[in-house]
Parts: sequence; structure tokens; C-alpha cells
Amino acid sequence: MTSSSKTLTAPAVVVTNLVKQFGRFAALRGVSAEFAPSRLYAILGDNGAGKTTLLRGLAGLTPPTRGNISMLGTTNLRSVCGQLGYMAHPSLLYDEMSGMENLGYFARLYDVNDKDRRCADVIRAVKLDPSLTRPVGQYSQGMRQRMSLARALLNDPKILLLDEPFSNVDVRSAREMVSLLAGLRDSGKTIFVVTHQASLLEGAADEFVWMEAGQIVSRTPELRPAETRLETR
Amino acid sequence: MSSVVGLTRATLAKDLRLEWRSKDAINSMLFFSLLVVVIFSFSFDPTAEESRQIAGGLVWVAFLFAAVVALNQTWAREMRNQVLDAYRVSPAPPNALFLAKVIGNFIFVTVLQALMTPLFIVFYNLRALGPAYQLPIVAVLGTWALVVNGTFFAAMSLRTRSREIMLPLLLFPISIPALLAMVEATGAILTGEFSAKFWIVLLAAYDVVFTIASLFLFGFVLQAE
Repeated sequence: MTSSSKTLTAPAVVVTNLVKQFGRFAALRGVSAEFAPSRLYAILGDNGAGKTTLLRGLAGLTPPTRGNISMLGTTNLRSVCGQLGYMAHPSLLYDEMSGMENLGYFARLYDVNDKDRRCADVIRAVKLDPSLTRPVGQYSQGMRQRMSLARALLNDPKILLLDEPFSNVDVRSAREMVSLLAGLRDSGKTIFVVTHQASLLEGAADEFVWMEAGQIVSRTPELRPAETRLETR
Repeated sequence: MSSVVGLTRATLAKDLRLEWRSKDAINSMLFFSLLVVVIFSFSFDPTAEESRQIAGGLVWVAFLFAAVVALNQTWAREMRNQVLDAYRVSPAPPNALFLAKVIGNFIFVTVLQALMTPLFIVFYNLRALGPAYQLPIVAVLGTWALVVNGTFFAAMSLRTRSREIMLPLLLFPISIPALLAMVEATGAILTGEFSAKFWIVLLAAYDVVFTIASLFLFGFVLQAE
């Protein structure tokens, strides 16, 4: 095997025996998994299953109590943070600034070249208008979600971590977001989507990862079996 | 280095823009200082000589309390919509954020001082009998001491449940040497009874030590849960 083909097949993310405790509460209880590159993973589970904690751990925001996270071949997450895109449940945007002003600032943080053009491009990619001058605080919740996704895409990341990207988004816009994500996956990005709206990702996600009580309990290529299993409990 | 300077400028410009639009910090600081000036002028009726003796303490305590209001606002803004997490996941150096916040707070407190100083002079009938040119030096060094520590401890108390209380509890004890130097130096300049040089040097040393220590430690504070 050549080194280049080895690189291509190496997992994008490896988590090993990941434990995260908040005081006496264990949000993650020994999660171990490998995630291949260029795939779209839907992370599903009930509230409190550990989905957001896992995502925040991958983003480097919540350091694990025990265990390791390796991303793009390194356990030094700080060294690859420029290749991550993170969208949280809150917007991570300044309410008093317009979309372009927000993205212009974040583009500086990532040292994005030709930042005005890049900002306009990602805003258009999420079906918003870059010329909107009103502050983000006056956007509808759905528009804010899409602007938040635009922020996560700004640095053209290799790995996208999205926490509830479809919440409060109408079905048509959510489907547009899903097709955008599928396109990004096809262009080589590895995408993790934490969601309660799994059906939106049916046909787009490569794998459905089910979490329960801080552990990954199943990984399925189709939504149906796991969803059925959950519904019959 | 250039990236730290560039990011500091970008973050400072963003903060100034946010403050210009919301006026959260400057309004609350102004009202607070104004109240202190008016209440103290009604509470005491000092002669010009007595004013010179107490003005140093009065002015700096008023600015210290007012600065705390701005310091809480500066980080509260980053906690709204958890925007701070966007900075934390980016490759931007923590020091750029810290320096921008310190410079931003320095500007806010300096604006406050520029607006309030004439009021202090009028209400307390102040006139410097010592070398007045030293007053701006004390103001700059004293303000820097307040904001550099204040910005650091405001960041530290950011995730605590009662951060408005926690900040003064952390900030005031550690600011005592700086506050003492500011009050003594201002008193010395106003009364002309003794030299302010020792206190100015002490203030400058304090600034250097705490600026370096804060820059060194801020990365840990930012990445803490």
C-alpha cells in the first residue's frame, strides 16, 4: 500500500475509550469508534445520550476526562482546529452585527484569503443574501441557523461538526441544507450531524450512529432498523 | 506576531463596533460614575484643601467600580449565543483576544475619565498644586492596571454562577497595590506635598508584571470549561 492510498483510507476521526464526567455524572461512558473520511454521519439518540458532549469533545471544547480523540491523524486537536467547522445549537454569532460583518470577523480568525468573496459565497451557499444589512439578532431563527452553518463552512473545513442544524428550520430549507451537506460530503468532507430529525438525513447520511446513556449502541447504514428499535422500546 | 497584531486589531474593531451599537458598557459606567460624583458632593461639603486630600481616593474608587461594570459587559457579550466557543475552536491565538479586550476596556474607561474629570474638578473645586503633567501618566498607568487585571479576572469568573459578585471578589484584593499607588500618586500631585515618582514607578512595575502574567495565563483561562 502506498503512503497516499494509506492516507486516503485512514480514518478521519478515532475516539478511544472516551469518558467525560461532569462531577459525578458521566456524559460519555467509554465511547470507542472510528469514522472514515468523506462520509456523512448522523448522530442520534434521546436527550442526555451524550451526542452534544461527543461533538464538543471532537471540537476540542470539552476535553475528555479519560480516553483519546485523534482527528486527521493527530491527537493534538489544537493543531487541526483550522480544519474543523463547528456549528453549535446557539448561533455563535453576534446579534448586533450583520451576517457579512459576522463572517468577516470570523474569516480573520481563520486567515481566510479573499474574505469578502468567500463570505458572500458561503452566505449564498446557505441560500441567504449577503447584501442583507440588518443585524443577525433581527433574523428569523431559521435564517440564523443557516447563517450559523455559513460560519461553520467559512474556512472550508475537512471535518464539519453540526449540532442540531435543522432545529427551527422549515422543511424545505432543511432539505436544501441536507442536499448542501451531501454535496460537501461528496467533495471530500467528513460530516457529523447531531439531530433529532433523523428522517431528513435518510438517503443522504452514510451511517446512523445511535447513542444511549453515553455510549454508542449501534451504527447502521439505514435509518429504519434503529428507528424501529427505538420506537418499539 | 503579525497575526496576533492583526487579530487584535480585528477583535478590537469588532468590540468597538458592538459597543457603538449597543452602548451597554459606556452608558452604565457613565451613570454609575455620575451618581458617585453627585452623591459624594452632597454627602460631604469639603473645602478646596480637603478636596485635594480625598480626591485621589474618591476618583479612583469611582473609576474602579465603574470599570467593573464595563468588564462584566465585555465578556457577557461573548457569552451571548456562546460566541466565545467560535473563538475557542478557531486557530486564533488567545492572546489576541485578551489584548483586544484589554485595549477596548482601556478605551472605554479612558472615555469615561475624559467625560467625568471635568465634573470632578467642578464639584470638588480641584486644582493641582504639584506637577500636573504627571496626572495623565498616573491616569494611563492606573487605568491599564485596572483593565488588565479586570479583563483577566472577568474572563476567569465568566463561567461561575454569580460572576457579577465573583469579579469584585477576585479583582479588588489583587488591585490593592495598584489602587494604593494611584491614590497616593494622585494625592501627591494634587496637594504638592510630596513626590509622586515612587508611586508612578510602582504602578508601572505593577502594570508590566500583571500584563505579562495575564498574557501567559489567559490561554488556560480561555480553554477551561
